[in-house]
Amino acid sequence: MLNRDNWKEIFETIQKNKLRTFLSGFTVALGILIFVVLFGFGNGLINTFDEFFGDDATNVLYVFPGRTTMPYKGYKSNRTIEFDNSDLADIEKNFPLFLEYITPRITRQDTVSYMNESNSYTTQAVGPSHQFNEMTIMMKGRYLNAQDIKNKTKYAVIGRLVEEDLFGAKNSMGKYIDVGGSSFKVIGVFQDDGGDNEERIIFIPYTTRQLIEKNTDKINQIVVGFKPEIGYAGAMAFDKSLDKFIRSKKYINPKDQNGIFIRNVADQLKQNQQFARVLQIIVGFVAFGTIIAGIIGISNIMVFVVKERTKELGIRKALGATPKAVIGTILLESVFITTVSGFVGMLIGIVILSSLGDKLKDFFITNPYIDMSIAISATIVLIIFGAIAGYVPARRAARIKPIVALRDE
Amino acid sequence: MIEIKDLHKSYKMGSNSLHVLKGLNFSIAEGELVAIMGSSGSGKSTLLNILGMLDEADSGTYDLDGVPIKNLNETKAAKYRNRFLGFIFQSFNLINYKSAMENVALPLYYQKVPRKEREEKALKYLAQVGLKEWAGHLPNELSGGQKQRVAIARALAAEPKVLMADEPTGALDSKTSYEVMDLIQKINDEGNTILVVTHEEDIAHMCKRIVHLKDGVIVEDKKVEQVRAAQYVK
Repeated sequence: MLNRDNWKEIFETIQKNKLRTFLSGFTVALGILIFVVLFGFGNGLINTFDEFFGDDATNVLYVFPGRTTMPYKGYKSNRTIEFDNSDLADIEKNFPLFLEYITPRITRQDTVSYMNESNSYTTQAVGPSHQFNEMTIMMKGRYLNAQDIKNKTKYAVIGRLVEEDLFGAKNSMGKYIDVGGSSFKVIGVFQDDGGDNEERIIFIPYTTRQLIEKNTDKINQIVVGFKPEIGYAGAMAFDKSLDKFIRSKKYINPKDQNGIFIRNVADQLKQNQQFARVLQIIVGFVAFGTIIAGIIGISNIMVFVVKERTKELGIRKALGATPKAVIGTILLESVFITTVSGFVGMLIGIVILSSLGDKLKDFFITNPYIDMSIAISATIVLIIFGAIAGYVPARRAARIKPIVALRDE
Repeated sequence: MIEIKDLHKSYKMGSNSLHVLKGLNFSIAEGELVAIMGSSGSGKSTLLNILGMLDEADSGTYDLDGVPIKNLNETKAAKYRNRFLGFIFQSFNLINYKSAMENVALPLYYQKVPRKEREEKALKYLAQVGLKEWAGHLPNELSGGQKQRVAIARALAAEPKVLMADEPTGALDSKTSYEVMDLIQKINDEGNTILVVTHEEDIAHMCKRIVHLKDGVIVEDKKVEQVRAAQYVK
């Protein structure tokens, strides 16, 4: 079946029937090309999605104080819960296994001015490890460090857009800005992928903020980063035991919904992943449709090819071609064409995808790509179905009596 | 060489069936040149198709070179056709994308003859029909007579026991017809058994025996004095 002579016969047939070869090859190549490009676009969409939601760390718990609604252990309800510096230390001490970092966050809205420029910005008084939480990227200078916290320095790290607003084209580094009536020295400028609002923030040491606010030790939010390796289940468990710990320390009824709030990003992460999965399913569905369309296309071509060759097959049969030889001729030819053109289409698709890169970012498609294994399996599926689609009419043609085939004009 | 007894064949045409062959008996010895004559609808082409294993009879027996031809599956029929029979058709039936030489070599391909030997043989038979220098041409570059000669070379290439020609001159003018008949006579002179289906009186008389079919029965079976076609060919 597969000796050199047969192949030569097939190559000759392919060479001498260029239109037919082109038609079936083109169908398959186009099918695979569209599949690869669509699938790649789908992946690009998922990339964009990841980028939108992936700019903040996901291994974080945000703890907010609230107001109790139930009396507990002698304390009346409607009591305002407040956190202070000792809570930070206690959490750190009690959860060494889960904890990666901890930082307070005191958020205020302040009028900030430099020379004649003035504007209202959100200031966040934080610890050094807050940088990991927001995945803040430093453009110039440095972030806050432990020394700043200890010495309660009046240093500020400002967002890229704050610098742009206040300083224009000038350099802000080392300049003094006025934040809510106190003078702060700019020690760093950052950028953040999370959008414009995230770049209109000013970070200052939380101890400095506490000093300004009458030397209090109150903090209004605690950000706890946990080790990513504890996973989703670990994060949920940590969430629970942290909740229990704080409730017992602050005498909050375990059933009180409003005493404290813990926002668990791991939960959100899971939702995001689910959304991404739905996207993936939609992409898979579209790709599946393309493959089906390709299979229908190649089936049509094969029916046409066999029909066109009916007379030739009749002649071959009259000259002594067995049904097996007839089927073999058609199948080998179609498999050869689909294989070659399928892989050509696949390669073109991959080249297109890899040349796109970020060019389609405006259409929410970032770095489209396709796994080699998916591309190759799709091509193989099309080849197999092309062969099946060829086999059915080929078998029918092989069964036609030569006399009927010869009469076919 | 060929022996048929009580051969019947009918075709279904919708609800009624058409009885085409109504119990034919005859035999052909080796080396004969037989013309099967009859007007259209007499069943001559049907007979040839059955003899050529391109079609099957409903009943009756058919022996070819001592081999009973019955209950053939497609594969077996293909092998017998390939080994025993060479076909010459009215419409030539050359494969249009293959050169003359490749067309002639095709039956040998199905005999699994190696390529080199195939090409040598094909050239040899093309030379025999006088078309050696046309070996590389495609059928549509050849005249009708040339096409039929290529088809004859192809039929000869498999070295069959019987050559079957279905109206071999039907699509040709009379001059070319005589050239083709001249060739067929020469092949017969070398001892080949040949069956020619025709409705033309002059072509039939260039054979050695005429079997006359009418409405599915043999009405006449006679030996004739062969008219040599060579005298019409200059």
